[in-house]
Amino acid sequence: MGQRTLAGTIKEISRRHLEENNGLLLGQCVTAVGWVNGTVPNCKGIIELPMTETCGAGIAVGAAMVGRRPIFVIRFQDFMILNGSPFINYAAKSKELHGRATPLFIRAIASEGIGPVHSGMYHSVFMHFPGFRVCAPMTPGEYKRTWEIFMKNDDPMYASEHRESFNNTGEMEDVVHDKADITIYAISSPRLHVENAAEKLNAEDITCNIVHVFVLKPFEVTERLLAPLKSCGHGIVVDSSFEICGASRSIAYQLTQASGIPVRALALEDHTKCLCPPFQNKAPEAEDIYKVVRQLVKK
Amino acid sequence: MRSPTYNVRSNIAKEFPPEVSLGMFERMCVVRYFELGIIDAVAKKEINIYVYLSSGQEAVAAAIAPEVRDFMVFSQHRCHDMFLSLGGDPARLRDELLGLPTGTSQGKAGSNCLQWYENGITMFGHHGLIGENVPQAVGAALGSGRQTVCVFGDGSAEEDYVLSAIGFAVTHKLPVFFVCMDNNLSILTTVKTRRSWKITDVAEGFGLPAVDVADDPWAVLHYTRELKKSLPALINCRVCRGYWHVGIGIDNEPEWDRYELVKKELLDMGHGDAVREIEERARRSMEKIWDRELLLEPLKK
Repeated sequence: MGQRTLAGTIKEISRRHLEENNGLLLGQCVTAVGWVNGTVPNCKGIIELPMTETCGAGIAVGAAMVGRRPIFVIRFQDFMILNGSPFINYAAKSKELHGRATPLFIRAIASEGIGPVHSGMYHSVFMHFPGFRVCAPMTPGEYKRTWEIFMKNDDPMYASEHRESFNNTGEMEDVVHDKADITIYAISSPRLHVENAAEKLNAEDITCNIVHVFVLKPFEVTERLLAPLKSCGHGIVVDSSFEICGASRSIAYQLTQASGIPVRALALEDHTKCLCPPFQNKAPEAEDIYKVVRQLVKK
Repeated sequence: MRSPTYNVRSNIAKEFPPEVSLGMFERMCVVRYFELGIIDAVAKKEINIYVYLSSGQEAVAAAIAPEVRDFMVFSQHRCHDMFLSLGGDPARLRDELLGLPTGTSQGKAGSNCLQWYENGITMFGHHGLIGENVPQAVGAALGSGRQTVCVFGDGSAEEDYVLSAIGFAVTHKLPVFFVCMDNNLSILTTVKTRRSWKITDVAEGFGLPAVDVADDPWAVLHYTRELKKSLPALINCRVCRGYWHVGIGIDNEPEWDRYELVKKELLDMGHGDAVREIEERARRSMEKIWDRELLLEPLKK
């Protein structure tokens, strides 16, 4: 039998939560059109929301306030700009303000290349606000860990998912060399391209460490993250959200502060993600990573 | 021109036993006298945060509190009335306003974010964002199956997410009692400047039983008892805010003072001794809470 995909993992985690934990799952169009790429189970506890953005999120917050630990499915992360308010203004603030937590799990799903309001990634935005935990899992193991973090704590969790990862069955291991020229810290969809970039760079005698990052907040600068950087003297954080005020610059700053080594950021340019190529402003892929590393490492 | 008798049946007060009427009046007195203490403390700069006073509007909470005591309560930013009428501890409210760790949210949330989970009351804290509590109330009813009361203002009634939440409650037949405290003002902008429709018409359009009534507490109590039988339902209570939207100032004379109207009704029904006793009891107990002499203007009349 083949290994379970990430989509299958999400579906199974959701099913157990709904059937065994008295959880709820809320979202728009979660059942009729492919069950959100096969990630939503067909079981009890599923609430089909009407086409109502902020209200639907508020309803999920209310369900969280009475202990149902709801999963809130948002099929395109751009919609989080509308849906974000109840999460930001209530769920993330209630523990500190009132001493009462509002735990809920936001499944914020991203895609690429389908236009200005269906291609965005906004984990950077939610990292900005106190009270959230933020992860960007891309593998079955990472998703299980993200869920475990959520269930062991009582904070709202923003899970920045990406459709391009749903068919993944394996884990993505770090690649750390004894001697390397640069360490690439990859977040979200660029992780699917970083090995190709490293291969091309290797052909030009540039050796890359690859460190996969999926826990974005709270972000801990651990030895796993620092050791590869200290051994090579160059670093770059590659992310799929916008670079300005984004996760890539924030994490690059933290790594720089912790190591004394300048770490650069590479993420989305400051342009709208238009529908038609070549104006899609896609997240960095292999060629983009290659070009920036080539500029940083002069050989 | 709004009227204090809008949709109020004449002599409705006589349909209720004295203990019900005097109980409502006592709860109004508690709110009124407690807030006189707030006003004094703000004037003396002992309270340095924004305060949202219920005075002028307190009759609605006084009327409905016993009817919703075992409901989950989602109140609005102007919530001293619901808190006190449900039996919340005025000392804890005072401490919240003073920013003390003994406050209802350890002094962190303030006047517009009161919560209370003692003595069987479940009153969730607001955060102050207009109408945010309405979808939350609907979600809480969805998640728990419990009867829920949600208090919001005429401004909140216009929020898109509030209208959607009401619609969702109808679709899912959720046991939510929507109480709109219609003081006709969004800060100082009147309803007719902002919209041409009535929230009760919208509610009825959604399929909810809905009533629009002035804040005569006997009328509010009567309709509350009726509407409770067929939730979700909505009541729009026309009230008069006594003070500024936030703070202790006064803009204009309110269109009516429900406290004085209720008192007159009780006096006309021959409850003069009880009225005086209740006022004196409330004044003294709030004096102890605030540790100072309260303004005695209401007693002079």
